[in-house]
Amino acid sequence: MPRQTPEQIAANRARYIELKSAAAGRAPVALPPPTPRDAPLPSADTVKLSETLPGGWYWTGIVQQGQVVRVANPGATPGVSLLAWNRTDPSERYNHADTIKIQWTAELRKGRVLFSDMGRVLLSIVEDSSGRHDTVVGGSTPASVARTYGADSGVRNARDNFILAAGKHGLSQRDIPPCITFFAPVTVTADGRFSFDAAGVTPGDFVSLRAEMDLILAISNTPHPLAPRVSAVPVELTIHSAPAAGPDDLCRTATAEAARGFVNTDAYLSA
Amino acid sequence: MSNNSFTPVLSSREIGAAIHDEVIPAEHPWSGIVRKGQVFRIIDSEGCQAVDTLFYSLADHTERYSAQDTVLAQGTPYIGPGSVLYSNRGNPLATVIADTSGSHDTSAGACSCESNTVRFGHQTKYMHACRENFLIAVSRHGMDKRDIVPNINFFMNVPIDPDGTLAIADGVSSGGDYVEMVAHQDLLCVISNCPQVNNPCNGFDPTPIRVLVWAD
Repeated sequence: MPRQTPEQIAANRARYIELKSAAAGRAPVALPPPTPRDAPLPSADTVKLSETLPGGWYWTGIVQQGQVVRVANPGATPGVSLLAWNRTDPSERYNHADTIKIQWTAELRKGRVLFSDMGRVLLSIVEDSSGRHDTVVGGSTPASVARTYGADSGVRNARDNFILAAGKHGLSQRDIPPCITFFAPVTVTADGRFSFDAAGVTPGDFVSLRAEMDLILAISNTPHPLAPRVSAVPVELTIHSAPAAGPDDLCRTATAEAARGFVNTDAYLSA
Repeated sequence: MSNNSFTPVLSSREIGAAIHDEVIPAEHPWSGIVRKGQVFRIIDSEGCQAVDTLFYSLADHTERYSAQDTVLAQGTPYIGPGSVLYSNRGNPLATVIADTSGSHDTSAGACSCESNTVRFGHQTKYMHACRENFLIAVSRHGMDKRDIVPNINFFMNVPIDPDGTLAIADGVSSGGDYVEMVAHQDLLCVISNCPQVNNPCNGFDPTPIRVLVWAD
């Protein structure tokens, strides 16, 4: 392989530092504070689906481009996990690593987006009263439930829920990537350990996600594996229509990275 | 994780006793089989070279490395000495038994042509990337894009700050640093010797690596 010249190395390093500092300078300015918890509900005439998801259970279905999925957490259950696939080609799916790497942060909140493995935006966080979500550790598993609740607790877990949800669309274990878990305040401490802030899960929090292409969605109402032992309580799912995103839309413009992601998404959808 | 506190864990294995010894050229894919009980070493020959790595159960490729099972089990996002690498079914695939570098990543995944356009601009679309390597490598074993999951990046330094800030930082590995794992089941190992030149993961200059396998 030809080696990079010192000039190429210097130029690429300078460009990386420029991109990194631009992202650090711009995002906190462009991103708004969390949505008020008492923000108005979507008006009834826009609602396509309204469903109570019992603790421990999953929901899966199709969400069309432009529709908004609102997940409300009235009982402060510590964690609702989510996966998404491109409905047309489910080999394109949520990619947690790309999502945090592209946006230079593991902390997602209002104005951020969820990326697929193809450099395109699957979902935009258009409203979010919480801002306390886990993008790294993921959801519960048979092993994590056994650790927290005992070997024969019968407590359901996100991994098996996702296998079931994916299975309803003809997908299998090969199609289940790492997930994102909302309402799960996980941080990495200065000494490099995960920390779960149980006090950071607040009753009445909600997040609204706009589908940026037609999606297969799976939502698992199962507590985060680092959460204290609790009984999962119901969450409220609402899918509603919304005005089309304009050119000044927050999520399309908040960061240079998101803007480039939407260039890819728009090109794909118009092809 | 501060690397200042890292204590290297050395291996006593002799290079000459290895049953497999191979140089992977810069930017190339590789795949190989590591049997249960065998020891697998990756050497960062020249330093600061990210080695994107995936493991599959040889008997059933639908069982594969899971970054989230792994970080959950150990309570930290970084791979280092003693890390047990778990599968998507909660089974241990391998354990890190020697490591002279520290600060290996498993949260930032592999670069791709598509994500490069978003991260670095559309002028970087037609540059070689790890997921191109992964696709070629897994295709030789009957797998496709659906089987490429977020991986381990040996020798790639991606600190996650308490406020969530995350970036590919300058590497901490020096020429000759290595990481060594013992396999807990028969494994297919897939590597992309990372070709990225748009961030510091390879010191902006990809270099060869070397893989060795010992019988025990």
